[in-house]
Amino acid sequence: MEFILSLLVGVYFAASVYLMLSRHVIRLLLGAALLSNAVNLLIFTAGRLVHEVPPVIPLGLTAPPTVTANPLPQALVLTAIVIAFSIFAFLLVLAMRAYQELGTDDTDHMRVAEPVDAPRPPQGY
Amino acid sequence: MAGETASSSYVDLSVAYVDATITAADYLVVLPVAGPLIMSAFALMMRRQPHLQPWIAGITLGIIFIGNLALTARVLDSGPVFMAMGRWLPPFGISFNADALGVIMALTSSLVALVAVLYSAKSVDGDGRRYGFYPFLLMLTSGVSGAFLTADLFNLYVWFEVLLISSFGLIVLGNSHAQLDGAVKYAFLNLVATTLFLIGVGYTYGLFGTLNMADLSLRIAEAQATGGMPLATLGALFVFAFAMKAAAFPLNFWLPASYHTPNIVTSAVFAALLTKVGIYALLRVAGMLYPGNFETFQDVLIWIAALTSLLGAAGALASTDIRKILGFLVLSGIGAMFVGIAIATPDGLRGTILYAVHSILVMAALYLAAGVIGRMNGSFDLRSVGGLYRASPFFAAMFLILVFAISGLPPFSGFWPKVILVRASMVAGEGWLTAAYLVSSFIAMIAIGRVWLFAFWRDDLDGKAIPVTGLSLDEARAYLTPIAILVLVIVGLGIIADPAVNLASLAAVGLVDPSAYVTAISPVAP
Repeated sequence: MEFILSLLVGVYFAASVYLMLSRHVIRLLLGAALLSNAVNLLIFTAGRLVHEVPPVIPLGLTAPPTVTANPLPQALVLTAIVIAFSIFAFLLVLAMRAYQELGTDDTDHMRVAEPVDAPRPPQGY
Repeated sequence: MAGETASSSYVDLSVAYVDATITAADYLVVLPVAGPLIMSAFALMMRRQPHLQPWIAGITLGIIFIGNLALTARVLDSGPVFMAMGRWLPPFGISFNADALGVIMALTSSLVALVAVLYSAKSVDGDGRRYGFYPFLLMLTSGVSGAFLTADLFNLYVWFEVLLISSFGLIVLGNSHAQLDGAVKYAFLNLVATTLFLIGVGYTYGLFGTLNMADLSLRIAEAQATGGMPLATLGALFVFAFAMKAAAFPLNFWLPASYHTPNIVTSAVFAALLTKVGIYALLRVAGMLYPGNFETFQDVLIWIAALTSLLGAAGALASTDIRKILGFLVLSGIGAMFVGIAIATPDGLRGTILYAVHSILVMAALYLAAGVIGRMNGSFDLRSVGGLYRASPFFAAMFLILVFAISGLPPFSGFWPKVILVRASMVAGEGWLTAAYLVSSFIAMIAIGRVWLFAFWRDDLDGKAIPVTGLSLDEARAYLTPIAILVLVIVGLGIIADPAVNLASLAAVGLVDPSAYVTAISPVAP
């Protein structure tokens, strides 16, 4: 099971990197969403995947008798999902505003902050 | 810990739980994090009272600054101060651990945040206040302090995100075209950096089963002794993520694209704090968690250090906008800090820490001063500024001090870290690195000296007098006092260097030998 999920994580990473190499902000957005999901899946997988064994310690023991999934990575993933969601929401609005104001979603044409023909500094005093 | 069955049938809670009562002084560790966070929510509630906003932020940050002073005194007195959240001891709970490195950075950044609020009282207008400049600034301070003081790797990631999301809010405040353009690049590239950091955190937990930094440093030391752990992979992820956060070449392109676009106070706070959080995280991870392991990356780090400092200086020389020049000077400083990280001797780390403190103060002061230039000349363009010496000799003198300080000339704060870094890199036998660093700081001096020459020294442009709007007394007080405070600290750090150098030495020793950091969390240290 870990093996399959590892492959899936790899595919996610590859797809997100491919998308983020694009010039278009909309693909960057999709890539960012995919990237955060890839990481969440990665942490989830790193915490062991076990089928239907509750991580509950019986009375009298200090450790679970069988191998269980580690609940901590799931808590980490939960935190990361919330953060990724809020950041993605911001990026979505930012991309929309940038598209409305700058009239393009091509990052090559977003040169307001760094104009292509920026004036040179004075050459002499 | 796990995997063994104890003979007793009851779990001994004393190993996992703090029994001792927590004294009020212990709360100093969480005050710089919790205080601004709560007050930022309060400031948001008071958003319909724009005139109250600077007061809320100013009083909060003033208290935080005093609290950080007390915390620093306590760390100097009795070593790292530790506090477990919810009383759960590490590695079970999240803990905060203030050591010398953490408190130096927290103290300096709270000073800069306070000064920024003083400056903003006049320069952030009604719109900025209504749309949440002060709540964002407080939340940013909280995130920065949290990153400096936390003892948990995942918690560090959370604070990174806290400061990232509040910096997003600040950078788009005002909604100009240039800001939206810069923010797109800033937001996406920083998101990639924090995501890479999160990957590293996930792998670290998968390998070591703990995220507490003290616990990790012990386990990684064991793993280094036995071998067989993919430590280099982890190290590569962390270096990549933090170098991107710190805007080191070739991952620096988001910084010159965005730092000149927002309100000048925002730029000052960003230039002072954000990249230094990356440097801090790299110091923490490289110096403490993976000691010796970074030899694998030493060649890469040396190239990064040399190229970042040279590229920053050259970029500053080629820019026309004063704010852009300053942005490139931030990069050049990052290169200097990488010099110490690359050679990784205690002396080098000490130089890096001292340089970080110096750079926080000087970059904030320079950006604020650039704001005054922009106000008096109505432009940030090097081709059209001038005549400011005649208008305000006091301001001109302060700017000249800042020029000297950032060029590393004595007797100002930039001199000592430069001396320490040059000596450390020579001792480490990295002559070419030393040469690159010295050349870059020479070019940076020309670039910033030119700003002084054009903005202050010349009076006319092609025979025509350059129009200068003088500052009213009220404005002069509001704008020049914050800069004067920073200049005083910069001169003080240059002349009375001993306390800062000693504190930086203490911090560097704490990184190389984290035993004091670990024993602060001793109840669980095996």
